[in-house]
Amino acid sequence: MRHSKLGRIAVAAIATLSLATLTACGSDDPAPGSTGATSGGDKGGNIKVGFSQLGAESGWRTANTESIKANLTAENGFDLTFVDAQQKQENQIKALRDFIDQDVDIIAFSPVIETGWDEVLQDIKDAEIPLVLVDRTVDTTVEDPYVTWIGADFTQEGRTAGEWVKKNHPDAKIFELQGTMGSGAQTNRQEGFREVIGDNVIGEASGNFTRAEGKAAVEGALAAYPDMDLIFAHNDDMGLGAVEALEAAGKKPGVDVKIVTVDGVRDGLQALHDGKFNYVVECNPAFGNQLADLLRSVKAGETVPKETIVIDEAFDQTITQEFIDARTF
Amino acid sequence: MTTPDTQAATPVVEMRGITITFPGVKALDGVDLRLFPGEVHSLMGENGAGKSTLIKALTGVYQIDGGTMTVDGVEHRFSGPDEAQNAGISTVYQEVNLCANLSVAENVMLGHEPRTGPFISWRKMRRQAAENLARLHVDIDPASRLSAHSIAVQQLCAIARATVRDAKVLILDEPTSSLQKAEVDELFQVIRELRDAGVAILFVSHFLDQVYEISDRLTILRNGRLVGEHLAAELPRRDLIGLMIGREGAALDAIERGAQQAFAGEREGVTPTIEAVGLGRHGRIEPFDLAVQPGEIVGLAGLLGSGRTEAVRLLCGADRPEEGTLRLGGEDIRISDPLVGLRNGIAFSSEDRKREGIIGDLTVRENIALAVQTVRGVWRPVPRKELDELVDRYITALDIRPANPNQLVKNLSGGNQQKVLLARWLATAPKLLILDEPTRGIDIGAKTDIQKLVAELAADGMSVVFISSEFEEVLRVSHRIDVLRDRRIVESLTNGPDVDQDTILEAIATKEVA
Amino acid sequence: MSGPTVELTPDTPSSPPPAQPAAQPRPSVARRIMQHQLFWPVVALIALIILCGIKNPTFLTIELRDGNLFGQLVDIARMSATPLLLALGMALVIATGGIDLSVGAVMAISLAVSLTYLDGAANPGSVSTAAVAVLLGVAVALAAGLFNGFMVSVLGVQPFIATMILMVAGRGVAMLITQGQITTVTSAPFKFLGSGFVFGIPTPVIIALIMLVAVAILVRRTALGMLLESIGINREASRLAGVQSRNITWLVYIVCALLAGLAGIVYGAPTMAADANNIGLMKEMDAIMCVVLGGTALSGGKFYLSGTVVGALILSTIERAVVIFHIPSQITPLFKALVIIVVCVAQSPKLRELLRDGAAKLRPRALPEVAS
Repeated sequence: MRHSKLGRIAVAAIATLSLATLTACGSDDPAPGSTGATSGGDKGGNIKVGFSQLGAESGWRTANTESIKANLTAENGFDLTFVDAQQKQENQIKALRDFIDQDVDIIAFSPVIETGWDEVLQDIKDAEIPLVLVDRTVDTTVEDPYVTWIGADFTQEGRTAGEWVKKNHPDAKIFELQGTMGSGAQTNRQEGFREVIGDNVIGEASGNFTRAEGKAAVEGALAAYPDMDLIFAHNDDMGLGAVEALEAAGKKPGVDVKIVTVDGVRDGLQALHDGKFNYVVECNPAFGNQLADLLRSVKAGETVPKETIVIDEAFDQTITQEFIDARTF
Repeated sequence: MTTPDTQAATPVVEMRGITITFPGVKALDGVDLRLFPGEVHSLMGENGAGKSTLIKALTGVYQIDGGTMTVDGVEHRFSGPDEAQNAGISTVYQEVNLCANLSVAENVMLGHEPRTGPFISWRKMRRQAAENLARLHVDIDPASRLSAHSIAVQQLCAIARATVRDAKVLILDEPTSSLQKAEVDELFQVIRELRDAGVAILFVSHFLDQVYEISDRLTILRNGRLVGEHLAAELPRRDLIGLMIGREGAALDAIERGAQQAFAGEREGVTPTIEAVGLGRHGRIEPFDLAVQPGEIVGLAGLLGSGRTEAVRLLCGADRPEEGTLRLGGEDIRISDPLVGLRNGIAFSSEDRKREGIIGDLTVRENIALAVQTVRGVWRPVPRKELDELVDRYITALDIRPANPNQLVKNLSGGNQQKVLLARWLATAPKLLILDEPTRGIDIGAKTDIQKLVAELAADGMSVVFISSEFEEVLRVSHRIDVLRDRRIVESLTNGPDVDQDTILEAIATKEVA
Repeated sequence: MSGPTVELTPDTPSSPPPAQPAAQPRPSVARRIMQHQLFWPVVALIALIILCGIKNPTFLTIELRDGNLFGQLVDIARMSATPLLLALGMALVIATGGIDLSVGAVMAISLAVSLTYLDGAANPGSVSTAAVAVLLGVAVALAAGLFNGFMVSVLGVQPFIATMILMVAGRGVAMLITQGQITTVTSAPFKFLGSGFVFGIPTPVIIALIMLVAVAILVRRTALGMLLESIGINREASRLAGVQSRNITWLVYIVCALLAGLAGIVYGAPTMAADANNIGLMKEMDAIMCVVLGGTALSGGKFYLSGTVVGALILSTIERAVVIFHIPSQITPLFKALVIIVVCVAQSPKLRELLRDGAAKLRPRALPEVAS
């Protein structure tokens, strides 16, 4: 399973699995350093939370883990049992059963794949422990298996990017640099983007979420679509590849050809700051604070929405160097 | 050629004038074969005589081009093995033809699984398999994996499988080649019981002792033709071998034998080039002694499967001996690998030209260079000029045609391929050259060329071991002849005017195994 | 080496002159070119380039910018470097009748090692540090090759399975090295290996050419090429002729892994990101494809380095053609498959035979008078 700094979820979750796979994006407070500061209402006694992370397959995932650990602390009123499943479902199921045995207050997890959870979900339900899904969803026959899901959706990210283009460069001739074909990130970001400004897309090619292939695709596009003046890349890495291709061809990225990407990893934001990218839609893994709030509501028995989709943050070239340096991923 | 005692019975199988033609070759030419119920009938003949072709005609693997075939009085023309099986003809092939990973029961019942509706009834299957095996006195768990059992038991399973359908005719093609003596006895017991139950058994084996032990009647083939049908009891071994190999071989004009026969005796006290003492390998060749002196040609004579090839493979490193010692120029040596052999001046030309000789997709030049190159080592290529000279020299000397070193060797005729191989070995300047059937399947011109070459090489001081199925040829070329039977050297003859084919036949037929 | 047979058969004065002109008449030049195993791959390559040129004339232009060559064709040459490096080693492995599925994973490992070292180095920008990084990466690849060769030649594990072990586990190893992170470093000399220029030619092209020449010398200036072909064609006959197939097979897997390690570095150098999960993903298939496109049979035996070069160029040209032809991303795999199928079918001996027979049948009918 893979999630290059961000968009790469897809590769792993190949087509079928990943259609419903969502990565959490966005955060009220994009500065990760500040996430822990959100103080929850201490309602007496720590909340016992069992969290099963699917693995540490990418920088995005690691940042996600760190954010969760940083927020579900004793000071914030949590008693967190964190288990890394190393991308194996059996590990994850075992962890979930352990949580049931420990009789935690809330179970939260990011499922490594969509299916195969029926039995353990039923057990959780029978144990009357509320379940919170993080980042990804499950496909199960168990009725009403979880109380809420928190994450973000790729379609919205695509839409956000499209709207910026529509507003700032309504006549842009766009070359779309797609992620791995069939992955959730590719399908949904493309869908959202084209919903808004699809008519302006004059060409497309897949860069498989990698710099090298993104670069190769743009090299070709320079000849195939000589009048393109904006590139929408499904992740930062491919956008960085595009920068190299443009520079090698003697064009100025960000000026001659504008670049819009999704991700918001440090390298990408640096390119934005350096004027090589024009707009970056963030997909922020550091939503631990939001998760903490959600868990508190669940514990308090408040009605929570079935889905918590975090609003996307997005950056333009006004981003500051200090902000980038504070970035952990 | 008539056989008494059969007039009364009617044959269960009668093949008449069977002819099978392969492109350019008549594999079978008007062959007759009769099988009577309740007899063991051995099909005899040298390699290539047409035995297996005849069996394949009978079992429907090959279509016959001429002749008639009746089974139980009904004329048949089988268009596939299934039809032959349905007519009651079952075959057990040389190599155990079963699935080692399946259970005994599955193997025995394969294709005849008892079914309930579309489903196989496993319990019934195991029971039926056990019954079938019990008939052959095999008491093993039908649910066990076949590979867990010895080859002999597997062979019996194959027979059980062949007799699942009440077979009228059971063909056993070399069933004993991989069995121990006691296992052979066991197998023969089963064969006799099947015979007594009225099954006609067609038996093929290279072991003469076994043929005489089990057979009632013999049919002898040579070069795709019927030589005769005889009662085993009435045909002495010597005559049988004579019929099998024929006497026409003499048509090949002899190289003056006199010159060579003067060889022996002159060299008392000379250190042999190579000397094997008690060299042997279990199941392949019994321990044997063999010494070859410089300039001497030792012929190995014996029927196919008598252990000729197995013996020489131990001399050159093709196989590793399990016992005995090998001396090279008087010093003990261990030859663990063909390369060690080559580096010590021992070259071995295999009888299986295609599988163990030529590298088909390489050129004539590369094929000739191969052994020289391996002796020099990978990193010291033969310089191109030197290589071209070498190759040209051998192409000229051995008259290899077409004389094009860039030709792929697979496109050459058999005789020319053989010459290329000879060139390969000679180029390493061996002290001992082992030639296993160097003239098999090649035209007469090339054959005489090679025989002449061998004589000349020996005259130059090379030691040669020469194997051939044609006794005539062995007699013509060799100074000394070691005779093999049943994986043993049974006699060592010094060639001379008083030694002829009869002497060899005599040795094969009568010499007691020590 | 002179055999004792020099004056062996002095009595064959009538034997035909040695060597050279074969007995049969030489086929016409055109025919010989047509039947060359490289004919169809080269035709396909040229056709692809011409079609791209027609679709987009700038495709064919090569310009000199700051003394360096630029243009689509230069891009293609540079993109071919990685698959070519992999395919050179793969060709040798395939010649012995084996296969190496681990090259993609080896790419990932060697790059991960190089970049992780650079990441921790005090002065990643210095040439010597970059050189050490490269050496480390290649050394790890060497270890992978030793492992593969050991499994195949000593333990006798089937090459497909033996190399699949590293193919699967290798990425895990690379992940361990990078600790699951995509290590990104900055090192100008290292980056130069991937995106620099030497005498105006992209460095990866230079590296690939040097390796091509090195491998060609290794196999064709020594007996290695012939011996490994003989192993691939007939292992038992080779053994009896003294070919040490164990050593040679082992060596070939080592060479293959070394080239894969180098390929990983060249591939990852432009971006300097040790993405353990994606570097070299499916590249083993690309390499096999290049080898096969070049006329080498997967069953082993004769191999063609020149054909492998053409194969790599075809593969990169297809990649580029997809963009030039404005082919929608959804059907690009289909397009690639079609081109490859056409080339492979055109190379098939069966088809050629059919065409030849067909032509032979047509000819007398077309020219009845002449034929009679």
